[in-house]
Amino acid sequence: MSSNRAARLGEEIWKTRIDKVSAELVTLTYGTIVAQLCKDFDNDYIEVNKQLDRMGYNIGLRLIEDFLAKSNTMKRCSNFRETAEMIAKVGFKIFLNITPMVTNWTNDNKQFSLVFEENPLADFVELPDDGRAQDELWFSNIFCGVLRGALEMVQMQVEAHFISDILRGNDTTEMRVSLIRYIDDELPPEDD
Amino acid sequence: MSYHFIILGTQDNPLFSYVLGTSKQGGDGQARFPPSAAHLNQFVLHSSLDIAEEVQWGTGHLYLKCIDKFFNNYISCFVTGSNTKFMLLHQPTQQGPGVTTRSSAAIGANPTSPQTEEAIRAFFQEVYESWVKTVMSPFYGLNKEIRSPVFRQKVAAAGRKYL
Repeated sequence: MSSNRAARLGEEIWKTRIDKVSAELVTLTYGTIVAQLCKDFDNDYIEVNKQLDRMGYNIGLRLIEDFLAKSNTMKRCSNFRETAEMIAKVGFKIFLNITPMVTNWTNDNKQFSLVFEENPLADFVELPDDGRAQDELWFSNIFCGVLRGALEMVQMQVEAHFISDILRGNDTTEMRVSLIRYIDDELPPEDD
Repeated sequence: MSYHFIILGTQDNPLFSYVLGTSKQGGDGQARFPPSAAHLNQFVLHSSLDIAEEVQWGTGHLYLKCIDKFFNNYISCFVTGSNTKFMLLHQPTQQGPGVTTRSSAAIGANPTSPQTEEAIRAFFQEVYESWVKTVMSPFYGLNKEIRSPVFRQKVAAAGRKYL
């Protein structure tokens, strides 16, 4: 599916088939979750990143079904580039009404970056000024888990992590996604 | 004109404090409190709280204008919906006999003039908007000290713009 078609599809689904909620509700709920995690783990931000990723993973495992049902595209993406377009222009569009930019491909077409110009999760947020959060916490890390979980359910094992975040004072918010392998259909273990 | 701006939480606990001078009429933005009295500003500000609490129910507005005067110190107050108070102490520069007086309409020349009132209203309004954004941050707790450098910058910018 070409980039433009993906964009149109995302737009159309967003307009017709999606229930909308207040952006502040999402922002405040997510912010509270992260702040509470920080409290629960005594500001061990590395652990908070892990927890966010795990929560995202569990969301992704189920969200993919919703995504496929809403987008009605029961056709496999023919390559990883197409997958990236679908994620950015349809997936993020219909669930968050944002379209991150797909860019920085490696030559083997297995790694790309998503650059977020806006991020509804991070509105109003200022990271704690304890000197560590700015270097350790990836506030929106739940996205990484969501992608990992969702793609795993459609036979793609990926690795995703943030490499920069406006909240940390970087110029952009950028997530790096790499394809590790396509998961082959595995036969169930034979029972003897 | 010298200013001392503070924010008080719902328990009358200090959350934020910023000292600035006027930037209008060629001011350099530096406060010129007399060194012997600068440390009294906090006391003067807090002593106006009783009046603020009395006045706040009388008007339907968040901005209470100039509510108190203590010698040469004038106190303006702004109460947010959740009873957090913004208080601004303004002190006109004492002018010696030889100094030519500026026009009386100038902000600072007359602390209770409508112009000054309007400038302070604009200042409070801008600070209020930044403050709302700051307290919406998930890492900020109610009645906690505001340590955000972004907020401090915005207050400084509002001060430069209006005061």
